[in-house]
Amino acid sequence: MSEKYLVGLDGSECGERAVAAALHQAQVSQGSVVLSYVIPWSPFTFSTAEENALRHKRREEELARAAELLLIPEQQRFEAVGISCEIVARHGHPAKTLVQLAREYEVSMIVVGVIGDTPLKSRFLGGTASTLIQIATCPVLVVP
Amino acid sequence: MSTIRTLASLITASLPAAASAEQTAVGLDERIETLLAPLTGWVERIILFPTPIPGSDAQMAFVVLWLIIAAFVFTFYFRFINLRGLAHGFRLIRGDYNDPRAAGEVTHFQALATALSGTVGLGNIAGVAIAVSVGGPGAVVWMMLAGFLGMSSKFVECTLGVKYRSINPDGSVSGGPMWYLSRGLAERGPALATLGKVCAVVFAIFCVGGSFGGANMFQSNQSFQQIVGVTGGSESWFADKGWLFGLIMAFFVALVIIGGIRSIARVTSKIVPLMGAIYITAGLVIIGVHIDQVPAAFALMFSSAFGVSSVAGGMLGVLAIGFQRAAFSSEAGIGSAAIAHSAVQTNEPVSEGVVALYEPFVDTIIVCTITALVIIISGVYIDGGGMSGVELTSEAFESAISWFPYVLAVAVILFAYSTMLAWSYYGLKSWTYLFGETRGAEYTYKTLFLLFVVAGASMQLGAVIGFSDAMILAMAFPNLLGIYFLLPTVRRELDRYWAKVQAGTLQTWRENMRR
Repeated sequence: MSEKYLVGLDGSECGERAVAAALHQAQVSQGSVVLSYVIPWSPFTFSTAEENALRHKRREEELARAAELLLIPEQQRFEAVGISCEIVARHGHPAKTLVQLAREYEVSMIVVGVIGDTPLKSRFLGGTASTLIQIATCPVLVVP
Repeated sequence: MSTIRTLASLITASLPAAASAEQTAVGLDERIETLLAPLTGWVERIILFPTPIPGSDAQMAFVVLWLIIAAFVFTFYFRFINLRGLAHGFRLIRGDYNDPRAAGEVTHFQALATALSGTVGLGNIAGVAIAVSVGGPGAVVWMMLAGFLGMSSKFVECTLGVKYRSINPDGSVSGGPMWYLSRGLAERGPALATLGKVCAVVFAIFCVGGSFGGANMFQSNQSFQQIVGVTGGSESWFADKGWLFGLIMAFFVALVIIGGIRSIARVTSKIVPLMGAIYITAGLVIIGVHIDQVPAAFALMFSSAFGVSSVAGGMLGVLAIGFQRAAFSSEAGIGSAAIAHSAVQTNEPVSEGVVALYEPFVDTIIVCTITALVIIISGVYIDGGGMSGVELTSEAFESAISWFPYVLAVAVILFAYSTMLAWSYYGLKSWTYLFGETRGAEYTYKTLFLLFVVAGASMQLGAVIGFSDAMILAMAFPNLLGIYFLLPTVRRELDRYWAKVQAGTLQTWRENMRR
C-alpha cells in the first residue's frame, strides 16, 4: 500500500518546510499527498445580522482565495515531479479539522510545521501542532 | 470618514437650536418633545386602541389580544411545539447536526445569538420594571406565560423565514416576513397572492416605523435615563441635555451604519453577550443571597396575578400589562426575529424554527424572571416614588450591590447600542424592500434613523414608550394575518421533519466524528 500524506499549510515559512518534508517523503515512498488549508473558524461565535447575511458568500470567497493563492501553486510543485496531489480548504478548529481530514482521506501520516500560530497564542493555548499530537489518530510529523 | 462629518453636520443642522446650545439648552429637549408629541400620541392612540374586555372593566389594546390569540392558536395547532421541541432544539444549538463540510456557514448557534442580541436588552431590564411598577408583581406571571406561548409564534415565523428566504444578486441572504408573506401566499392562489403582497408592504412600512420607535427611541431614552441616574439624578449635568446624549449615541451608530466601520459592530457583538452574562450572574447572586425570600416573592407574584385593587380591571388589567410588556420584550409574533434567523445554513426550515424557541425562552422567561425577582425582593417598587423603567431596576440592583448601577449603565448602553444596530438592519431591509436597493434610499433611511435616536433621548419616557409600543406591535397585524394562511405549510414541514427526528434518520455528525 502506498503512503498518503496530509500536509497542513498555514501560509507561513514553516508550513513551506512541512511541504518540503512531505515532498521528500512522498518521493521516497512513491506515495501521494493531500494539501490542506484550515481557515480558523468556530461555530460558537457571535456575529451581526449583516455578517450572517453575507456569510455564505464570504465563505466561498475565503475557500477560493485559499485554493488560488496557497494550495494550487503548491499543488503544481508536486505534480511537476510526478506526485499525485489533492487539495482541500476547509473552515474549522485547525487541529480537529486536520484529524477529521486525515480520517476522510485515509492518510497514513499528517505533516505540519511547528510554528504557525502567533507566539502568544501558542504559549497560552497550545499550538496547533501540540494539540494535533495529542488528538491525532495517525502518526504526525512536526517540522521545525 | 467624510460621510461621518457630513452626517454630523446634517444632524446638527436639523436641530435648529443646537448651534446656540449654551443659552437654549434647557429648552431644547422640551422643544423636541412638543414637536413630536402630537405625532407620537396620534400613532399611539390608533394602534394601541383599547378594546374593552367583555364582562370586566379592564381594557386591553387590540393588538396585544391579537398577539396572544395567535400564540395560543400556534401552540395548539403545533401540539405544544414549545415544549416538545426544546430537547431537540438544544441539540441543534449544541451543533450535533452541524455538517462539517458546511463549516464556515452560519450555524444555528450563531443565528440564535444574533437574534438574541437584537431582543435581549432594555425590553427585559426596563420592561419588567415598567410591568411591575404599573401592574404590580402579578404582571410578571402573565409576562412569563406570554413568553411561553410566544415561543410558538417564534417557531412559526423563523421556520417560514428560512423556507422563503431569497438569495440576492450580490450573494447575500435575505429573509423575513416581507419574503414569506409575498412568496408564501403567492403559492396559495391569486387572491391570496394579492393579500400577501399587501401584507408584505404594510409589514415593511411598520417595520421601518418599529425600527425608529421601539428599537431606537425607547433604547436611547432608557440609556439616557440610566446615565442621568448614575451621574447624580436631577442634579446631573446631563439631566436636561438629552439631545446631547442623543447626538453622541447617534454619532456612534453613524460610525457603523454610515461610516461602515464594521469592526465596531463586530466588537459590540462580542461584548454584548458578556454584558448579558454579567447581568444574569449579578441577578442570580442577589437572588442567591436572598434565597429565603424567593418562595415569598413567587407567592406574591402568583397571588397578585389574579387581581390587585390598585390596578384597574383586576386580573385582566394585570394580564394586559404583562402581555404587552412580554410582546415588546420577546418580539414574538412581531416578525423581526425571522429576519435575523433566516441566514442560517440548513436544508430544513423547521430546524431553525425549533432553535428559535429558545429566543423567548431566554429573553422573556429566564432574563425577565431574574429581573423581576430582584425587583420584588428589593421591595423598591413599593416605595419607588414614581420611578419606572430602568431607574427602578437600577435601584433594585443597587440595594444589594451598591456599585452595580455603574455596571448596569455600561450594560444598558451596550444593549441599547446593539439593539439599535440590529434594528437598523431590520429597518433597512424593509426600507429597501419598499424603495429598492439604491444608495440614495439607504442613506435616507439611515439619516432618519439617526434623527430618531436624538429625539428618543430628548423626550419623556411616557411619550416614548407609547409610540415605541405602537410602532413595534403594529408589525404583528400584517405578519400574523399572513401567517394564518401559511399554517398548513408549516405543519407539513414540521410533520415531515419530526418524522425524521423520531426515526433517527437525521445525520448526527457529532457522533460520527467521535467514531
